[in-house]
Amino acid sequence: MKERLIELQGISKSFKVAKRSAGLRQAVNALFVREHTIVEALHNISFSISEGEIVGYIGPNGAGKSTTIKVMSGILVPDDGSCTIMGFTPWKDRTAYVKNIGVVFGQRSQLWWDVPVIDSFELLRDIYKIPVARYKTNLDLLTDILDLHSLLYTPVRQLSLGQRMRCEIAGSLLHGPKILFLDEPTIGLDAVSKIAVRQFIKTINKEQGVTVILTTHDMQDIEALTDRILMIGKGTLLYDGTISELRRRFGTHRIITVDYREHAGPVDIPGTSRLSWSPERAVYSVNTEHVLIAKVISRLSEQVELIDVTIETKPVEELIVQLYKEHQI
Amino acid sequence: MNAYTSVLKLRFINGLQYRASALAGTATQLFFGFIFIMIYVAFYSQSTGQPSISLKDLVAYVWLQQVFLSIVALWFRDNEIFQLITSGNIAYELCRPCRIYPFWYAKLIAQRVSNAVLRCFPILAVSFLFPQPYRMSLPPSPAALILFLLTLVLGLMVIVAISMLIYISVFWTMSPTGSSLMISVAGEFFAGMILPVPLMPLWLQKIAYVLPFRWTTDFPFRVYSGQIPTAQALWGVLVQLLWFAVLLGVGKWSLSRALRQVVVQGG
Repeated sequence: MKERLIELQGISKSFKVAKRSAGLRQAVNALFVREHTIVEALHNISFSISEGEIVGYIGPNGAGKSTTIKVMSGILVPDDGSCTIMGFTPWKDRTAYVKNIGVVFGQRSQLWWDVPVIDSFELLRDIYKIPVARYKTNLDLLTDILDLHSLLYTPVRQLSLGQRMRCEIAGSLLHGPKILFLDEPTIGLDAVSKIAVRQFIKTINKEQGVTVILTTHDMQDIEALTDRILMIGKGTLLYDGTISELRRRFGTHRIITVDYREHAGPVDIPGTSRLSWSPERAVYSVNTEHVLIAKVISRLSEQVELIDVTIETKPVEELIVQLYKEHQI
Repeated sequence: MNAYTSVLKLRFINGLQYRASALAGTATQLFFGFIFIMIYVAFYSQSTGQPSISLKDLVAYVWLQQVFLSIVALWFRDNEIFQLITSGNIAYELCRPCRIYPFWYAKLIAQRVSNAVLRCFPILAVSFLFPQPYRMSLPPSPAALILFLLTLVLGLMVIVAISMLIYISVFWTMSPTGSSLMISVAGEFFAGMILPVPLMPLWLQKIAYVLPFRWTTDFPFRVYSGQIPTAQALWGVLVQLLWFAVLLGVGKWSLSRALRQVVVQGG
């Protein structure tokens, strides 16, 4: 059993949301009197994460993903509950604790806008007190795998989003953290950059044993990276387990598309329902609880001359939507 | 390098980039200095009573205001910190292993100094070239000069400690407009940036003397011209240190309160 790195117990957090209208007068008034409504962002969240895991943290907008990340990275103080990460309570031992973690907020920037990337990196080196030798090895390594060679000496304002995001991620890893929190790291990136970022996350997880917790709306991120997902909705934890388990629970349906040499009439296979038919192609929906895929294919091949067979699983998105529905989010 | 000196350095480099702004600022400040002195010259020529500060000292006072504007002006602010708070980018500052107060303090000092470095020399040089009575004068003694530099540095420390309170107030107000406008209008006035403190009516001077603002501008500028004598200036240094300690304490305390209930804006 691997060591438990992160342990959350009954974390709750609510926000006072201030309301006031625009304008200077209102702003001055707001110094004295304000109106609030209370929004419960997290409600009794508990989970634990072991060393070396990659955990996907998913949920609809406003579910509390980012809030959880912020509690875990020592930025927010929860109202209730306990959180132990590497023996620290993040918000109590903030400065000692944050040396061990790296955080990337996909929609924010930690790099200085008007100066070259390398200047920001050197500031981070001083902030984290990274020894010169280690800084150099880490920087070289990150430069290589994230392909930053041409970017380091460019002012941040002249980088594209994808380039900047690669630099942001490098910046969060310069000090060699043991845990990496990624809050929507692939937001707004094109397919190529996304794949590069995913590849990189896999690499540092495998080679350096960095534990990764990532929030995302991109289900391909989840499918490509994580073994385990945590799903949160309206501040409550709804699901904690593997994707395959999620599939077993909700995704027993497969879609089989077959191409074959021209055949006269439609072919029906017991235990399946035929979704479409043409003389050269047919689509079936199969419930694997009732009939095995192998049996369906062998039945088909007895009746038609098969050219091609594709079997599709329901995409994770649909499973998630189903989960949402089940919990009425 | 220490994190705080490192951010100071980076902010300084950052500030040195804006050359066009420095050039425009230099021109503006020369213009303003000239206009202010013109007004005082007109007033002094019509005055019958004994003025509480000589025209020569006043001219030095005005030029020093213009030369060190970005060091002493309360309205001079770092919008980046406001944005950090109001946009939620403070999330990044909070997951660094350093304390926010000294970190921002270093940033603010560097911003003011880098700004001043680019502007002060040209203005200072030109102000010595103007014809009388517009010409800037030298301090009466080397001691006055050294004391001036000391009090200016302390003044910078006090003004940044005051402005930290404005930044911290944004945690609650979420709008820099209210708090910074109120403090800077009052602060500028009692610092003698609008009307030099010696020219204020006596009752107003009394108010100015109990507030921290004049110790950042009025005091060092009068030390420069010797209008405040050395012995008195040394007591002033003590008062500056006292104000610095008080403002620092209040700032740190209120920041730690703000951070305990911080809300990261924008999700």
